[in-house]
Amino acid sequence: MHNLSENVASAFRTFEQAMNGESASKFHEVRKSAFEHLETNGFPVLKAEEYKFTPLAKTLEKGFGENLITTDQEVSQDFIDQHIPADLDAYNVIFINGQLKQLPAVTESGLTITSLWDAYQNDPETILKQFGQLAKPENDAFLAWNTAFAKQGLYVKVDKHVTVTKPIMIYHFVGALKQNVMHNRNLMVVEASAQVSINESVKTEGDAPSFSNLASEIYVGQNARVEFTKVQNDVNTAFQFGQTSVYQTRDSHFKSNTITLNGAMIRNNVNITLDDENCEAHMYGIYLLKGKSHVDNHTVVDHRKPNSYSNELYKGIVDDKAKGVFNGKIFVRKEAQKTNAFQSNNNILLSDTATVNTKPQLEIWADDVKCSHGCTVGQMDEEAIFYLRARGIDEQSAKAMLLYAFSRDVLENISVTSLRSHLDQLVSDRLHTND
Amino acid sequence: MLKIDNLHASIEGKEILRGINLTVNPGEVHAIMGPNGSGKSTLASVLAGREDYEITAGAVAFQGADLLALSPEERAREGIFLAFQYPVEIPGVTTTNFLKTAVNQIREHKGLNPMDAVEFLKTMKEKMKLVEIDQSLLSRSLNEGFSGGEKKRNEIFQMAMLEPTLAILDETDSGLDIDALKVVAHGVNTLKRKDNATIVVTHYQRLLDYIVPDYVHVLYQGRIVKSGDKSLALDLEAKGYDWIKEELAAV
Repeated sequence: MHNLSENVASAFRTFEQAMNGESASKFHEVRKSAFEHLETNGFPVLKAEEYKFTPLAKTLEKGFGENLITTDQEVSQDFIDQHIPADLDAYNVIFINGQLKQLPAVTESGLTITSLWDAYQNDPETILKQFGQLAKPENDAFLAWNTAFAKQGLYVKVDKHVTVTKPIMIYHFVGALKQNVMHNRNLMVVEASAQVSINESVKTEGDAPSFSNLASEIYVGQNARVEFTKVQNDVNTAFQFGQTSVYQTRDSHFKSNTITLNGAMIRNNVNITLDDENCEAHMYGIYLLKGKSHVDNHTVVDHRKPNSYSNELYKGIVDDKAKGVFNGKIFVRKEAQKTNAFQSNNNILLSDTATVNTKPQLEIWADDVKCSHGCTVGQMDEEAIFYLRARGIDEQSAKAMLLYAFSRDVLENISVTSLRSHLDQLVSDRLHTND
Repeated sequence: MLKIDNLHASIEGKEILRGINLTVNPGEVHAIMGPNGSGKSTLASVLAGREDYEITAGAVAFQGADLLALSPEERAREGIFLAFQYPVEIPGVTTTNFLKTAVNQIREHKGLNPMDAVEFLKTMKEKMKLVEIDQSLLSRSLNEGFSGGEKKRNEIFQMAMLEPTLAILDETDSGLDIDALKVVAHGVNTLKRKDNATIVVTHYQRLLDYIVPDYVHVLYQGRIVKSGDKSLALDLEAKGYDWIKEELAAV
């Protein structure tokens, strides 16, 4: 059996052959270097610390075999329409199998939404200074894989002082009547005092194994505010790797929301660098898992300068044979005095076969900081269920009510009201049909 | 209304109730008193349907039906209400929110249309006055950060909203200051009708100055060992429980 690295190598050769002159570009050098890194170092082996509980490489190797090329399979218009909420006023971007299919008409000035490749061709020098600088291939093999195949991603730029009036919704659709692999790479540059909310989701049509490999690099300028939300509510056969790499400068505010409702095996990396004073970073996550879904959230916050704040809250409700993994790293560098960093991960297991592995990791070199972390894994509160039942509420509704309440303090942080109520509905529907 | 016949119940193999007999008729208030560990709270819990207890013998009929065959929610819908000794804190669920579900599930059970939002709010406002409870408290997470008095008033407020046929107050008075106690008692007295009944489980006679019982029963070692009128409560207050224990030992 070929291993994953060899199969990726063969896909990369096919990818390169299909290029028309582009292979001489500087952009391609970034890809090549990522690929070389991957070839040299390979994918994480079973015992690798960062993938200890999530054997993504092994699982993809088994599930996908030799052919790791993106195929342009059809996704029906009905399917697309069905998954784009009509009542949500937004800038909709549509990718199909990783190919950009639709860009929104942007009417406001100071906002650019275009393909990463076009942005590169317009201004290669600027893009090369940003692309691959936050999400570095050497940090993760799957990210290296993503970088090697980066082409048709999205480029979003918000100019100084511009507050974008509508959320940007990135919809990925994947056709998987036969197995499929998709890569997407986003670059988002939000300048000083600008504000934007960006959301990304993947929906797969068909139930052959599919793998989406997504990465976003987000530059948050001085005093800017950015919110990035991921919604993962895909079919049981959809695998996903997602990297979000964020760089924050002075007085900036960044919020990441990761809402996971379904999928096969999902790995989310959120890496945030706070490289100046008075930065604020928030990371919220909720995972409601059933069946055999496996979700791994890895977060890293790097406090490099004094007086910044980070807060992290991930909550999980895990049922059946599903598995949740949480790993939260907080670095507080020597220089980063007066840092406030908080982290918490709370889990409810609904079955005996559900599992959660949770691990906080704090590395603190500064001596005047406030940091806390906590994780809990438990069952539903029987006393609370009895209380509600003793008031006449049936058992299933009582449980749904408690689980919804449990997830609420994550959901209520989503700033875009229309998106929040949409997700609220998704979550409460899910909890009511749980049994 | 309620007929308890030779009820035995145990938890984790340990027998707590050892043959309770009690009949409660519409319009009556019964007080159940007794030293700590006598089984008072167990009786309240068993009637409300707490599943931790195993019924080893006996029967309970509520309005002619077999109460023990019903789930906790079915009992509540049939008109049983338990005011908890220790009301549970539920983060993220507000009183308003869950009561609306409760009221409507009970109404559905009775074949009534659900209450609309306007009607619900109107009813709530009326009942809030009864127990002097503030709207802001009801919009907060249930019992989270409530004082002892606030929790107990919230229990009586819920009772007012659900209008039970049989209310069981499990040590609702314990730990309350006199003002809170009066408010709670006033609520209970106002809700009293000819066709409903109340069982007051208490450790202290003080509450019975405000909620006047028709009958007082002494529960000891899982049995009702003595019954009388309200003067029995005064005797217990004056003399403690030892004379009852001695009486029993002499028999």
